Amino acid sequence: MHRFANPTRFLRIAAAVQPWMAGLTIVLLGVGLYMSFFTAPPDYQQGESVRIMYVHVPAAWMGMFCYAAMAVASAVALIWKHPLADVAAKATAPVGAAFTFLSLATGSLWGKPMWGTWWVWDARLTSMLILLFLYIGYMALQGAFDDRARGAKASAILALVGAVNLPIIKFSVNWWNTLHQPASVIKMGGPSIDASMLWPLLIMAVGFKTYYVWVLLVRIRQELTANKVRILRLKQVHGG
Amino acid sequence: MAEFFSMGGYGAYVWPSYAMTAVIMAVLLVASLRGLKTTEATFERLKGEMAPAKQNTQETADGDEA
Repeated sequence: MHRFANPTRFLRIAAAVQPWMAGLTIVLLGVGLYMSFFTAPPDYQQGESVRIMYVHVPAAWMGMFCYAAMAVASAVALIWKHPLADVAAKATAPVGAAFTFLSLATGSLWGKPMWGTWWVWDARLTSMLILLFLYIGYMALQGAFDDRARGAKASAILALVGAVNLPIIKFSVNWWNTLHQPASVIKMGGPSIDASMLWPLLIMAVGFKTYYVWVLLVRIRQELTANKVRILRLKQVHGG
Repeated sequence: MAEFFSMGGYGAYVWPSYAMTAVIMAVLLVASLRGLKTTEATFERLKGEMAPAKQNTQETADGDEA
């Protein structure tokens, strides 16, 4: 693991892996979209509106996955001071925020025809909204200090404290009464959803994941290059 | 075809969901790629500017060599 924490080596590997992630994402999302619209059947209760699930559920999973990744990277950055951990956490935040926003927005578009309302203040929806605010707070806090190291530290602590929200989101549908349906894929006893719907869902979910890795690599490369630019600028001022 | 786009009457909810997802994911990707390109260009430019100074001060301009 330590070998990959060397930014120079990481930059080389990232540049090599990036086109593969791009290709994989395009293929997976292409297949996933085709299956979502053409092979997956309409739901016996919800009709064609169930197709929103194939973007809504993977987006919600990614919102939580990215936050978990951000929290772990923040912990590594605080405890071991790995040079890449802070950069990875920072690069993850906008991706996670985008997916969390998408899960809320598509959920709203699904809720209107199925529940009869765009929004309810129940546990699942509210905890997901809090997740979005955590992302926004994280990004705002990072830029709020003149000293970059202090901003990184403060936002890493926020990321860790906010991680308590993740189990609350996951179990909110069991702990409280809610309009939102309970888990049907990740639960004890295996998925209770038919293969014709499960496969497009999983393929879309993997496609979203490779998209995340793709964007993550790009953003980490950008951040590492920006660090080098900063060093050059300092040298230009002090050393020249 | 029209039947496909109507999505059993739910077209007004299904299509915006997919469109919004596509737009946001595309914008984030393009913005990230552009950011990388701009930063890399800045880095190359600065490195070029620093190159003559390097001979005088015996400094290496960056930590690229490992």
